[in-house]
Amino acid sequence: MRGREVRSEDLEELTRDAVLSRGLGRSYGDSSLPPPGHPVVAATPLADRILAFDASTGRLRAEAGLSLRAINRAFLPRGFYAPVTPGTQIITLGGMVAADVHGKNHHRDGCFGAHVTRLRMRVADGRIVECSPEQEAELFRATVGGMGLTGHVLEVECGLARVPSPWLMTESERIHDIDRFIDGLKEAGLRWPHTMGWIDCLSRGALMGRGILMKGRWAERHEAPPGMPPPRRRPSVPFVLPGWVVNRGSVRAFNAVFYRRHPPRMRRRVMHPESFFYPLDAIGHWNRMYGPRGFTQYQCVLPESAGRGAARRFLELLTRRGGASMLCVIKDCGPEGVGILSFPKAGISIALDIPIRDDTQSLVDALNELVIAEGGRIYLAKDQFTRPEHFRAMEPRLGAWTCIRRKWDPEGRLRSAQSVRVLGDRP
Amino acid sequence: MKVAFLGATRGMGRSLSRLMAGRGDELFLLGRDVSDLERSAHDLEARAGRGSVGIARCDLAEPGGFAAALDAAESRLGGLDTVVVTAGDFARQEELEADTDRARRLLEVDFTNTVTFCEHARKRLLARGGGGGGGTLVVFSSVAGERGRKPVVIYGAAKAGLSRYLEGLDHKFRADGLRTVCVKPGFVKTSMTDGLRPPPFAGDPDDVARTVLSAIDRGQPVVYAPPIWRWVMLVIRLLPRFVMRRIGF
Repeated sequence: MRGREVRSEDLEELTRDAVLSRGLGRSYGDSSLPPPGHPVVAATPLADRILAFDASTGRLRAEAGLSLRAINRAFLPRGFYAPVTPGTQIITLGGMVAADVHGKNHHRDGCFGAHVTRLRMRVADGRIVECSPEQEAELFRATVGGMGLTGHVLEVECGLARVPSPWLMTESERIHDIDRFIDGLKEAGLRWPHTMGWIDCLSRGALMGRGILMKGRWAERHEAPPGMPPPRRRPSVPFVLPGWVVNRGSVRAFNAVFYRRHPPRMRRRVMHPESFFYPLDAIGHWNRMYGPRGFTQYQCVLPESAGRGAARRFLELLTRRGGASMLCVIKDCGPEGVGILSFPKAGISIALDIPIRDDTQSLVDALNELVIAEGGRIYLAKDQFTRPEHFRAMEPRLGAWTCIRRKWDPEGRLRSAQSVRVLGDRP
Repeated sequence: MKVAFLGATRGMGRSLSRLMAGRGDELFLLGRDVSDLERSAHDLEARAGRGSVGIARCDLAEPGGFAAALDAAESRLGGLDTVVVTAGDFARQEELEADTDRARRLLEVDFTNTVTFCEHARKRLLARGGGGGGGTLVVFSSVAGERGRKPVVIYGAAKAGLSRYLEGLDHKFRADGLRTVCVKPGFVKTSMTDGLRPPPFAGDPDDVARTVLSAIDRGQPVVYAPPIWRWVMLVIRLLPRFVMRRIGF
């Protein structure tokens, strides 16, 4: 994919003729890449000023390029943290809105969009518009989770969550199979604000879906160690490893070590928030592990209505197809939120890394067909392979969203490589 | 420190002003665009979580406003012990060659007017009462002034003049308590250099800010940032002319 970024502190100027904005580029697929016919994308990370913060309410207003890491580092010492955080903090506010990110607390706090109170946008005809759940509400709801296709987000106003201490109190335990995992997640979700599980998706039979269930909440002041969590050192994968490094054997070994390293009993400990929320940010350039062809992610949600057997059927298909995934993460999703096209809905979300091989397309096709049959859907922020007909089949909301999008952009000016591929926009 | 800062809204100036505000320095921002200054002032206030940051309009292209802007800073801060200039003009050599008037404007802003601004600042810092005499004048010049080079013939000439001026100030006034810090950034990835291909050793503005702040605290007269550029420029300065004529750097 050829293309280039233009960068500026001045988003109003930068977005005047742009067809797509891009934050820190950590979405796994092609959603932050420009369409082939207009290979320039407006990069927002230099527009990173905080415009207002009210410590009595936690309300923050900032330029869209402000990173989540900067927010957390600036406000954790003052007792505030992002109300919803994805698995990386190398993401901008604009990106958090565009993908309507969710975190380990989705079952309790919803997506990031639920905490956004106002957006300032440049829309396709060049106007600058403010929208909120009350004002231009349609535009707001189409933009939250709209993958940047309804307009350029210039400023974001959102609430930060007050936290009692800067540390997390966590519990983790081994779980022996997928059915118990689902039950464990749902049960933990009743008591814990943050839950997630890592599953070994290479183990089969009775052990299928074994893994480690993690639960966390912000520690109360009396439980927390004194002082702030120290800055973490970041080792880094120094160069792109050869493509064979990640294979079934090495993934199996990694998974076994990861599982066995955890003591068989419940483990209770206080954790650094960055270790709890962003385990992967701890290793710089970890993507290099996957070799020159790289990897893609696949994330879907399987709805509650499909029953707990759906996750088992998904894993059965995955192991049958031989998808070797190092990181398979399972999460509990709460109900749909404000974003018309947002990913989560009540059920179970499963996310995996898939090293790119010649058969990746057919693997994704097969997974998508199962997801459609179960009534689930995929997460655009991680997608690079879904076919348009599959996406339409899993998204009954697409029509309503497209209607609003067309109203604000009748000529279809705003688009991305992903929207060309999945939504059939003009190149 | 009580700092008057010209150029804190963007690039390395933005990074440096955040470090200063974060550790409790009092800032007053000078710049061309008042609404942009207001946004940066809010940013610094929110990040520091205390104090309020004053602003005044000051454009390096309009030397008539320098005195008033510095007066505003001095009276708002209740004195002044540090003046930082990161603002400047930049354009690519081809553009400057094609448009002589543009070249003249750049020379005026980056040399004549920057020196004029520094003269106003120098007088105020030297006249500082309370036995503190002097203060620190921090000015962003560039490695472009180290050697006449093809891609920066005109910009480099202006920065060479500016670096010499700062060197002279240091020699003449250090004994009176005026510390000058001439910052020579190498290639740093900011909006100013967006669209240029980054050479090896391209720096990040936040790292540059940390290097510069520690140089300011030590009163180091010349600072290269990232520090490796000191050695890069040493090599460039030693290259014979026939080599400089051939290479594109």
